Formats: sequence, C-alpha cells, structure tokens
Amino acid sequence: MLLKGNEAIAHSAIRNGCDGFFGYPITPQSEVLETLAVLKPWETTGMVVLQSESELASINMVYAGGATGKCVMTSSSSPGVALMQEGISYMAACEIPGLIVSVQRGGPGLGTIQPSQSDYRQAVYGGGNGDYRVIVLAPNSVQEMADSVGEAFRLMFKWRMPVMILSDGAIGQMMEKVVLPPFKPRRTDEEVRQQCPWAINGLGLLSRKPNFVSSLELDAAVMEKRNRAMQEKYRAIEAEEVLYEEYMLDDAEYAIVAYGSSSRISMGAIDQLREKGVKVGMLRPKTLWPFPEQRIGELGRQCHALLTVEINEGQMVRDVRYAVAGQCPVEFFGHSGGVMPSPEEVVDKMESIINNR
Amino acid sequence: METVYKKPRLLNDVTMHYCPGCGHSLVHKLVAEVLEEMGVEERAVGICPVGCAVFAYRYVDIDWIEAAHGRAPACASAVKRLWPDHLVFTYQGDGDLACIGTGETIQALNRGENIAVIFINNAIYGMTGGQMAPTTLMGQKTSTCPYGRQADLHGFPLHITDIAATLEGTCYVTRQAVNNVANVARTKRAIRQAFQNSLDRKGASFVEVVSTCSAGWKMTPEQANQWMADNMLPYYPLGDLKVNGEKK
Ligand SMILES: Cc1ncc(C[n+]2csc(CCOP(=O)(O)OP(=O)(O)O)c2C)c(N)n1
Repeated sequence: MLLKGNEAIAHSAIRNGCDGFFGYPITPQSEVLETLAVLKPWETTGMVVLQSESELASINMVYAGGATGKCVMTSSSSPGVALMQEGISYMAACEIPGLIVSVQRGGPGLGTIQPSQSDYRQAVYGGGNGDYRVIVLAPNSVQEMADSVGEAFRLMFKWRMPVMILSDGAIGQMMEKVVLPPFKPRRTDEEVRQQCPWAINGLGLLSRKPNFVSSLELDAAVMEKRNRAMQEKYRAIEAEEVLYEEYMLDDAEYAIVAYGSSSRISMGAIDQLREKGVKVGMLRPKTLWPFPEQRIGELGRQCHALLTVEINEGQMVRDVRYAVAGQCPVEFFGHSGGVMPSPEEVVDKMESIINNR
Repeated sequence: METVYKKPRLLNDVTMHYCPGCGHSLVHKLVAEVLEEMGVEERAVGICPVGCAVFAYRYVDIDWIEAAHGRAPACASAVKRLWPDHLVFTYQGDGDLACIGTGETIQALNRGENIAVIFINNAIYGMTGGQMAPTTLMGQKTSTCPYGRQADLHGFPLHITDIAATLEGTCYVTRQAVNNVANVARTKRAIRQAFQNSLDRKGASFVEVVSTCSAGWKMTPEQANQWMADNMLPYYPLGDLKVNGEKK
C-alpha cells in the first residue's frame, strides 16, 4: 500500500489492537486523526477515537486510559507535545503505559510547519518535571512508522511507561510503499484483567485490594525509594532495549551519526563519499533513549572523527560527544527546522573535516 | 438490638486527614454509601483531583486515578469511553474544576460525556493554605486577597454550575449542601442520581456541594457552618438547575 507516514501510524494502530486514540489537530500530523476518522475503527474493532479539546486533555486522556490497562495513544507536533509535558511526567511517575507520536516541526514557539528535529531534547530529556525517562523510537521511513507502533505498544506494557515515536514532518508527510502489520484483536476485558493486575478498572475488586495511581508522596524517603526503583528499571532498559542500524561501518575511518530524516540524507552523502574513495559509514540510532552509547564509544576508537547530521542547531551531538568521551573529534552539521540539509552539504562538511585533520 | 446506622463497608478505617467540620469527609461517606447500595464496586472508577481530596483513594475502597490539577474531566472522559459499562465519576474542588481545569470541565460536560462530576465548592483553595478561589465571594478575605475580593483587582466569582446547566451535554445539574441532616440526605440522592445517569449513559451529571473550609476560613466548624448558610447559600442557592435534560 502507498501511504503517508502519518496515515501508516493510524492504520497500524488499528491493526495492533489499539483501544483508544485521543488527539488535537496540528500540522504536520493531523492526518493521523483524520485517517482514523475516515477508517471509523469504532465500528469494526471497537477502538475509541476522540478529538480532544487540547493536547493537555489528550495526554491526560492517555494517562487515564493507560491507567485502566487499555492500549491508548495520542499524536501531535512540537507545540502540542510541549503542552503534554506535565502529563508525560505524571505517566512516568505512575508507571502508566501510553504512546505519544511526535511529528516534529520547526520551533521555538509556533515555529514553522516544515520538518525539523529540534525536539530531540524535548523527547529524550523531557520537558516535564522530575527524574524520569521516556523510551524514544526514531523511525526513518513510512514502513518503520508502521512497524514502530506495534513495537511501542509492546515496550510500553513491558516496562509500564510512556513511549514516544519521534518522527518529523518529512516522514509524516511523505508517501512510500508500506506493508501493514496483520490484524491483531483488541484485548478482552478478561485479558486486560489478567495482564494488568495493577490497572484501575474495578475488575475483580471484591477479591482483591483496590488499585490506585498517584504520583504524590509526602514522605521524601518513600519518594526516593520509589524513584530509585524507577531508576533501576531505566538501567535495565538501557541494557536491553537499545536499537540501531549500521551502514558501511566495517572499514569506516569516519562515521556519521544520524536518525530519522537526516539519516536518509546522510546515506545519500555516504554513497557519494564512498564513490570518491572516502571510507565513511553511518550509525543510525533507532532508539534515542536508550541511546546506543556503547557502540558510539567503539566508533570513537575506530574512527578519526564523527559527524552528527541533524535538522536543528546541534542537539544529539552532545550525547554523541558524551559517548565518545574525547577519543576523537565529534562535529555537527545541520540546518534549523524547516530547511533540509542536502547530501551535497553533508559531503562538503565531511570533506572539510578530513582536510582539516 | 437493631442497627440503625452503620459505616459503609467501602469507607475504610483509615483516619482521614481532613480538618474537623470539613465537608469532604461527609461527601466521601456519601459516595461510599451510594456505591455500596448500587453494588457497582467492580465497575466503578473514581478520579480524584489535586486539592484536599487528593487522598480520596485512601478512604473509599474502590479503584481510583489521581489526576493532574484540573484534568479530572479529561481523564474521566477517556475512562468512560474505554469502559462504556462502567460508572465513572470525578471528585473535584473549586480551584481544580472551575479555575485551572475550567476548559476540561466545560468541554467534557458539553461533549455529553457519560460521567458524574462531584464538585465541592468551599470558596477557597484548601490544600495550598487558603488562597482565593474562582468561587470566593465578593468581599471574602483569603491569603491572596487579604483585604477582601474586589471586582477591579480579582474579577467576579465564576458561576460554573449555572454554566454547566446551559450546556447541551449535561442531563442533570444540581446544587446541594451537607450542612444539616436534611441536606445530607438530599446530597446523597443527588449523587445517586448522577451515578445512575453515568451507568445509564444519559449524558453528563454535575453535582455541586456547597461546603465549608473552617481552616481556610479561619473559623471554628460551627462558625463556618453558620457563615456558609449566611453568605454562600444566598449567592449559591440550593436546588436542581437541570433534571432529565430540562432546565429548571
Ligand atoms: C499545575 C499545578 N498548579 C498548582 C498546584 C498547587 N495546588 C494544589 S491544590 C491547589 C488548589 C486546590 O483548591 P481546590 O481545587 O479548591 O480544592 P480544595 O483543596 O479546596 O478542596 C493548588 C493551587 C498543583 N498541584 N499543580
């Protein structure tokens, strides 16, 4: 099927047994809600689709829906995701599963409606309060958009936390061939009861203690204990869930680190550089948190220099430098949101790095 | 001996954190009684607010979600849509419902979400120590309007319940109190009606309970009850504003 990235998200959500979508229109992601409205899954799978009054409401609908053990999601773009930060922090604090799809546009403020990666920090470090993390998946094609939904649903229930698909206006809007996942039925109430004994839905209440979710803890020592337990979970995720893809790294003397749209641009640049005989490859993080820190550290030993290509003013580059820990120089090339870097510009940047060594 | 009064089973033995004379504890008891009488514990979800009732889950033994400040109606909307056979209700203070969460309140009611909203109006921010609320009366003193609420500085009390009654999505809107035995009985009936409406998917129900905050008002419980009757009830008169979708 030929679909836009945003449409693929909608189709894939229905096919992965999603129970509810709550969202508010914003360019460049409105096709997710629009596609769902056309597909009317409430008549087939029983999936709830609701246009909320704001992103604040959307995320709190996801918070509460997830708290009842249902498989729920929202999608938005930069200013909308900014509004969601409080709710994401609550979800992390209460260990509630839920999916947030972020289709980035340029910022700050209203910014541009063109593609951007300037919400890397918003996604990876979070804008909500407290010591929390969100698993961040970074698809770079329409196929990966479709595939990432099922993966996000799996991860959010496995680890009981918010998961974000960090996409951008280019991947959200471009059309590509995609193979959609097979239909998976929504879980029955009985399955929810068995799989989510922690959930707030009253099921079986007479034969168990009441459940509640709350992020308030007035006893600081108890709060710390709770936070430490969460940190342990995060360490386990860092050990188990890192995903990345390598491109021509075996003999590489130079490497680009890029994700999402900018990884596609970088691949074009690498092909041109290889034709000129430059031994260059790419590491593409498919999870931005957990970050492929260890593998990037190895590349820091293997290569003369690393380059990050981002559609922002230099955000992920700091994480790459941290992973490389001074073993080699780490440079940055990018454009502010809306202006897409071209493969030729990336080639020029890499050649200037090589020539200035 | 015949038992003429007993504690509802769903109200547990934990000592409540509420101040003496606070309306919250009474309304909690009514919620517990109604849920028990309806026998719906296994398909009930309560959404508690940020405010003094943040710990409601500690006292009423059903499943609860604690919402972020003001977002309870959004939470309840999602829960009810995802669990259409459930009884879903929010329990909120005036700051939560009629200030920071006004948007969510009006939108959820106007969508006709099949939820019950219990709104405790004590005309002050109890939990944070007695600041001005959207329902603070003109001239009433609080820590953030120490010389009394005045229109040019603070604007006017918000008649959120009257607004609720004008919305097409609400089926039942009422204003009650728990300051005497007769009113407690009326409030209980109102809560039961609202809960039944949620189960029957009749639309949104809104039960305001005019209440006291002796600590925030800096009064004894007796004085607070009297002050409420003398000052709040004339401004927030008790009675039904809308029944079965018909405005009174
Ligand atoms: C986003 C946010 N802003 C402010 C607060 C602080 N806060 C906690 S409770 C409250 C007011 C509660 O008053 P009300 O809703 O009237 O309930 P009451 O305590 O009187 O029952 C405020 C401002 C908060 N917790 N979260």
